[in-house]
Amino acid sequence: MKKLLTATAATALLAGTAMAEDVKLGIMFGFTGPIESLSPAMASGAELAMKEVSDSGKLLDGSTVTPVRADTGCADNALATANAERLVAEGINGLVGGDCSGVTGAILQNVAVPNGMVMISPSATSPGLSVMEDNGLFFRTSPSDAREGEIMADILQERGVSSIALTYTNNDYGKGLSEAIKSSFEALGGEVTIVAAHEDGKADYSAEVGALASAGGDILVVAGYLDQGGLGIIQSSLDSGAFDTFGLPGGMIGDSLPENVGPDLNGSYGQAPGSKSEAADSFFGMAEGAGFDGSSIFVPESYDAAALFMLAMQAAGSSNPADYGGKIMDVANEPGEKIYPGELAKGLELLAAGEEIDYVGASGVELIGPGESAGAYREIEVIDGEMKTVNYR
Amino acid sequence: MDFLNALVALSNFVLVPAIAYGSQLALGALGVTLIYGILRFSNFAHGDTMAFGAMIAVLVTWGLQAAGVSFGPLPTALLALPFAILGCIVLVLVTDRMVYRFYREQKAKPVILVIVSMGVMFIMNGLVRFIIGPDDQRFSDGERFLISAREFKAMTGLNEGLAIKTSQGITVIMAVVAVVLLFWFLNKTRTGKSMRAYSDNEDLALLSGINPERVVMITWIIVAALATTAGVLYGLDKSFKPFVYFQLLLPIFASAIVGGLGSPVGAIAGGFIIAFSEVTITYAWKKVLTYLAPENLEPSGLVQFLSTDYKFAVSFVILLIVLLFKPTGLFKGKAV
Repeated sequence: MKKLLTATAATALLAGTAMAEDVKLGIMFGFTGPIESLSPAMASGAELAMKEVSDSGKLLDGSTVTPVRADTGCADNALATANAERLVAEGINGLVGGDCSGVTGAILQNVAVPNGMVMISPSATSPGLSVMEDNGLFFRTSPSDAREGEIMADILQERGVSSIALTYTNNDYGKGLSEAIKSSFEALGGEVTIVAAHEDGKADYSAEVGALASAGGDILVVAGYLDQGGLGIIQSSLDSGAFDTFGLPGGMIGDSLPENVGPDLNGSYGQAPGSKSEAADSFFGMAEGAGFDGSSIFVPESYDAAALFMLAMQAAGSSNPADYGGKIMDVANEPGEKIYPGELAKGLELLAAGEEIDYVGASGVELIGPGESAGAYREIEVIDGEMKTVNYR
Repeated sequence: MDFLNALVALSNFVLVPAIAYGSQLALGALGVTLIYGILRFSNFAHGDTMAFGAMIAVLVTWGLQAAGVSFGPLPTALLALPFAILGCIVLVLVTDRMVYRFYREQKAKPVILVIVSMGVMFIMNGLVRFIIGPDDQRFSDGERFLISAREFKAMTGLNEGLAIKTSQGITVIMAVVAVVLLFWFLNKTRTGKSMRAYSDNEDLALLSGINPERVVMITWIIVAALATTAGVLYGLDKSFKPFVYFQLLLPIFASAIVGGLGSPVGAIAGGFIIAFSEVTITYAWKKVLTYLAPENLEPSGLVQFLSTDYKFAVSFVILLIVLLFKPTGLFKGKAV
């Protein structure tokens, strides 16, 4: 035991002289709450990138990266803020997260901005975050919902849908997305018969479905969460025969939905962020090797969010948020050599040699405007009880 | 044809859900009203008693499912119901022995018992969450529908579908059976009569040799059976989630008070009044009216009086109106 201690102390000393450090990256997702079924795979995605970099030993003269997980509850601002403060106190160098838009905004305003902490969210998609005052500290590898609204309107029109009923989960994400879908669909000449909110966590949605059914429409678009009210609304609509086909935006895409609803969901369709590329396929392979599902929603984006942190640190030569924050846009966009998933070591080498890189990553990262993804989408249809990607946009 | 369509749409979205919901409320309100009539206090722990009973049913159902036992087209939970009732009886009798009996011997005022029952409510609340967790639990199985909307449309050729879930059918049948049994017990058996006597005049009942502890025990047993049945039926029809039973407390009390506290008939009537008000006031009538209205007079708006978010507000308002104008309730219960 004594020997081991001395050995560890010696290693620590040696490592210290080589300027290597242990970089801590916080991972804040909703491990409990409305999207608890999505969060574990997302966290694994982010941790995969960290492990890749740690194993390569090329970050900042051999630094290692340690993930620190914390819960946002997805819809619990108080919990998310408290946990973010704890992470900052523990000395994280960057924060991958949050996940849902409301808590992400809360963490940004209450913790990140006052402490100068950089955040990259893989899944917060509210348009409101584009205009929030962030001192250049907030980025996201997912696109704004304003873009998803346009995509959804296109898909609906191509499938010959002329009128929709629209219900959304009563929070920042649901409200922003439903407004985007409504305005885009109406701009294309479609009719929105009703826009009604639903609350998550109720036992019974028959009253909400009654109102939606009364308004009518070709299909029902459910801008909610697949583990919560969204599931309840779909179940209740099918039970009462109010709607047969559902439009499913990003928050409703996940394997648990067809499992819970059963064969009646076949034929419903929607879209989720994601791109068709060999990069994505190679990422799915890497994820499979690490034992989780890389094609689950927002997982590639999580990998990319973590990767961007480490590449920006390398470019700045520092793990201090004040130093590397400005480099995130540089490493994410052109010009430079393109870096795909699994090539983080190569990117780190190029940056160490003073060259430029253009990180493409698993989700085709291209940051625009105030630091958000330009947005590539997968069109998804439920076929034989599975969410299948039928098209890329 | 339009008239039939309107009728079917009305049944599908208003009548069937409201009848099922009303039966569940009525069973819950019967428990509240019995406690009020015989033990003379408002039992705030009733919602969580329901949750506890339903929780045992969920656990036993899972056990039965794992053992491969099923009840054919009916939900396995019905087989689990007797066990759940037994478990719930044990819980309430232990609670009575440990908590309420002390205050009864002190001749504590009803308001003190109400506060005590709130304490019990928090304990039960925590107990249920500790055992099964705060999340949604699924335990329904068997045939989902008596008539599904698609079958109905194919059968009748109407535009509108009518769906009746198995759980809704079972709810109504079970509620009728429970109510008939209860009324038979209260009116025809010796024990039931002694309970009513105790409720009407405690001192006189004691003088005529009725054993109060026995009356109290039987009341708790009946209340536990009613609460568990109501909890399981609600869980089967909607979903089992501890917090939801806590929320049910308001409509249940509203039902009991509207009908007249202490009056079993009133509790049933109150349950249906509250259920129908909640559903009809938050329903968007556009669809039904469009079928009925002559051409060109169809409503353009949704014709919805209140958004569905205000469902519980409806119970509150009815409660206030009844308390203002008829404090003893519709069926002459005791004044609150």
